[in-house]
Amino acid sequence: MDIFLQQVVSGLASGSIYAALALALVMIYEATDVVNFAQGEMAMFATYICWSLLDAGMPYWGAFFATLAIAFVGGVLIERTIIRPVENAPILAIVIVTIGLLVIFNSVANWIYTGTQKPFPSPFPKEPIKFGEIVFGAHDLGQIGVTLVVLLCIFLFFRFTPLGLAMRAAAQNPVSSRLVGIRVGWMLALGWGLAALFGAVAGIMVAPNLFLDPNMMLGVQIYAFAAATLGGFTSPVGAVVGGLIVGVVENLVGTYVGFIGTELKFTVALALIIVVLVVKPSGLFGRSVVKRV
Amino acid sequence: MSARKPSFYVMVAAVTIACALPFLLSNFRLFQFTQVYIYAIALLGLNMLTGYNGQISLGHGAFFAIGAYVAAIMMDRWEIGYMWTIPVAAVVCLIAGFLFGLPALRLEGLYLALATFSLALAVPQILKYFEHWTGGSQGIVLTKPEAPAFFTGIGLPLNPDQWLYYFTLAVLLLLFWLAVNLLRGRVGRALISIRDNHIAAQATGIDTALYKSLTFGVSAAYTGVAGALSAVAIAYVAPDSFNLTLSINLLIGVVIGGLASVSGAIYGALFIQFVPNWAQDMSKAAPGAIFGVFLIVFIYFMPFGIAGGLQRLWAWWLRRRRGSSNT
Repeated sequence: MDIFLQQVVSGLASGSIYAALALALVMIYEATDVVNFAQGEMAMFATYICWSLLDAGMPYWGAFFATLAIAFVGGVLIERTIIRPVENAPILAIVIVTIGLLVIFNSVANWIYTGTQKPFPSPFPKEPIKFGEIVFGAHDLGQIGVTLVVLLCIFLFFRFTPLGLAMRAAAQNPVSSRLVGIRVGWMLALGWGLAALFGAVAGIMVAPNLFLDPNMMLGVQIYAFAAATLGGFTSPVGAVVGGLIVGVVENLVGTYVGFIGTELKFTVALALIIVVLVVKPSGLFGRSVVKRV
Repeated sequence: MSARKPSFYVMVAAVTIACALPFLLSNFRLFQFTQVYIYAIALLGLNMLTGYNGQISLGHGAFFAIGAYVAAIMMDRWEIGYMWTIPVAAVVCLIAGFLFGLPALRLEGLYLALATFSLALAVPQILKYFEHWTGGSQGIVLTKPEAPAFFTGIGLPLNPDQWLYYFTLAVLLLLFWLAVNLLRGRVGRALISIRDNHIAAQATGIDTALYKSLTFGVSAAYTGVAGALSAVAIAYVAPDSFNLTLSINLLIGVVIGGLASVSGAIYGALFIQFVPNWAQDMSKAAPGAIFGVFLIVFIYFMPFGIAGGLQRLWAWWLRRRRGSSNT
């Protein structure tokens, strides 16, 4: 039972990472009908920026928030310069452009920082936290906490600020939004910025566990895909719930189902994605999209 | 004016040059061209699916891997001649592709891209997992085939590299001929109409479900043949060479060469084979960056790739010539 609880909590910890990245994917999908295949690599790059700042002697939380700001600006710039020209192009063109971004980020990170793994510090104490017999990793708990705070902030932002309302409107109905004076193009760019920011949080939080290297986020991204698919690509709540479920299931399956272990991690995600898409393509929380022909 | 199109003469010239290459190039260069042909076959397969039929696959490396391992296991375990592995790889991949294409029918554009992307990431893991068959991360070492004694008999001794080159070229020509015939007629029009408007296609009596999953199968079969040829040519297979990069490189080749173009497969293959070579001089990571930049730039400015660009250039030249002869 103790082991079970510990595994659930550590599952929730990795689940919170998947949730953050899945939310980033869903936000962009909601606003522009694009799945950003470079989301994970953008997060990886942001984590490297954070590493550089820390390496230059910045205090942890200073570097953390500076990286979030850089990631946000970077996300906005990428939307404005690279995605905008293909905004109305066929899906294939957009997918290819984001794949191009993925390749560029990955190889530029390899170029600048070399492919060797770098240890990444955690802001949380090393000693595990004990509740009676049960032991939790402090970083796991901290990771869940940080992600929850970020999610709460973003919820409040979308729910209670005029800018958040404008962004939701722009995503839901661009034409009418434009008529009431919302600058839809900029709202989309802000969405990309926020998504990049989530990615950065996910990257910085996961790096102490995975070690930093240019391929660090590929595995996380495939799980985030699975999370977003499970929760439904049209539902932010679904992305978060999906992320947590995927994280817990991944951990429990890894612990209790012997033949899967860690060697088939990606395959489990692949199977999950295909099963959900075939059985219930709109996911647990998504609405099914009816297209007019 | 002769009745034949200029592209016919270009093709005859290209095949003639291709046949002469073994006597002009070193074995190392020749091997690179063998690789180009292998890539071209895989690209043609992917192009049928993505370019002609509009189904996005980011995971064709998986079928390349299946083809390669079918060939490797047949040669290593059962000591079957390498020539026989090619058709078997084609059939196995045809079935695998068809089966993967069935659930893919329900997946529209983006979701298919998602599923195939995950497939591309999962392949090396799956290959390592079935260690008993695949030799795990060690891979399988094969022996390079010798040229048949027949050639020495007629006074034309070929070394293994030259023989492999001709063998690959022959497979390439056969598969291209088949593809051109397939795509030029009814089937090709059906595929394109499904891509452009699948409801209209259905209304004109095309069985879209069957066509789409069959296209997936045929496309996988082409890519599988390429995989088998590459296992034979390199004489070695290992899980980590069939990673996400391979799948993405195939996509890059299709886009740069030209979507929905048969000749584009050759240009794309030349690109993914030779550009990394000179880019590597700058930095080990440079080829990736250059690939990415090219990919985005081509989508912006040359969405139909090199083949589309050449076609436009040719049309422009014809117009200009006609214009000057009128005045």
